[in-house]
Amino acid sequence: MKARVVVTLKNGVLDPQGKAIEGALKSLGVEGVASVRQGKVFDVEIDGQDKASASASLQAACEKLLANTVIENFKIDLG
Amino acid sequence: MKAAVILFPGSNREGDAARALRQATGHLPDIVWHADHDLPQGTDLVVLPGGFSYGDYLRCGAIAGRAPIMDAVRKHAARGGYVLGICNGFQILCESGLLPGVLMRNANLHFVCKMQHLRVERAAAPFTSAYRSGEVIKVAIAHGEGNYEADDGTIETIEKDGRVAFRYCDANGVVGGSANPNGSRNDIAGIYSERFNVLGLMPHPENLIDPLVGGIDGKGMFASLAAAAG
Repeated sequence: MKARVVVTLKNGVLDPQGKAIEGALKSLGVEGVASVRQGKVFDVEIDGQDKASASASLQAACEKLLANTVIENFKIDLG
Repeated sequence: MKAAVILFPGSNREGDAARALRQATGHLPDIVWHADHDLPQGTDLVVLPGGFSYGDYLRCGAIAGRAPIMDAVRKHAARGGYVLGICNGFQILCESGLLPGVLMRNANLHFVCKMQHLRVERAAAPFTSAYRSGEVIKVAIAHGEGNYEADDGTIETIEKDGRVAFRYCDANGVVGGSANPNGSRNDIAGIYSERFNVLGLMPHPENLIDPLVGGIDGKGMFASLAAAAG
């Protein structure tokens, strides 16, 4: 089963990389960009077809490693 | 004092830490591989050295913070054993839950590699008894992600309990403004655990132990540890 995990910075956490990207987009003349926040995407293959157990595994993966919950939120998408 | 330096794939300051420990204690520390499950019998101090463990993949210190040896390091800390994390070691301590907060990308996005003044905020055993409180020391910094951040409540607790070990400052001991090289909250360069037996800091005291290479302001930390552990 394919799953996608998206990890993003919490609101209010300073994101210097996002700011730099935002600045670069503006200097490239890309119009209408109000702000940019950078995050991470993980595509994960899960053994088996049981959605509930896949969801539990991914929840554990996020809490134990994929996200630092001090500064990051995560979202699990099981397709 | 019996010290152990943990070696992760991508650590590169373990030799510097070992040299500083040998100078302070008269003998070399054990080098312990990250995949081991136990610390050597009778370890007083664990050092997590600087470097780029796991190539800084995912987040700095994230994978090393969950290495097999870290369970033993957590138990050692829970027993009151001393733990020192330098640079990447500080990042690993934050990721492993041994210290609060997180080290983020430097606010100016630059990797900073230079000499930096620090104010010793607390002169006490086990890490800083050889210094005076408020003393300004000069040591090296070399990092891209040393911007210490934590939520407001955590910062308040750390400050209230006197757990800030060092702050970035200028040559006169004045903090703030351009004396802060990375945007760190409250100019924090290093913090202690609740019981003051775990210290994480971004600067490299282990590199300032010989006048031949620019100064000896880092020597006091290892002398303090040697004195504390006997």
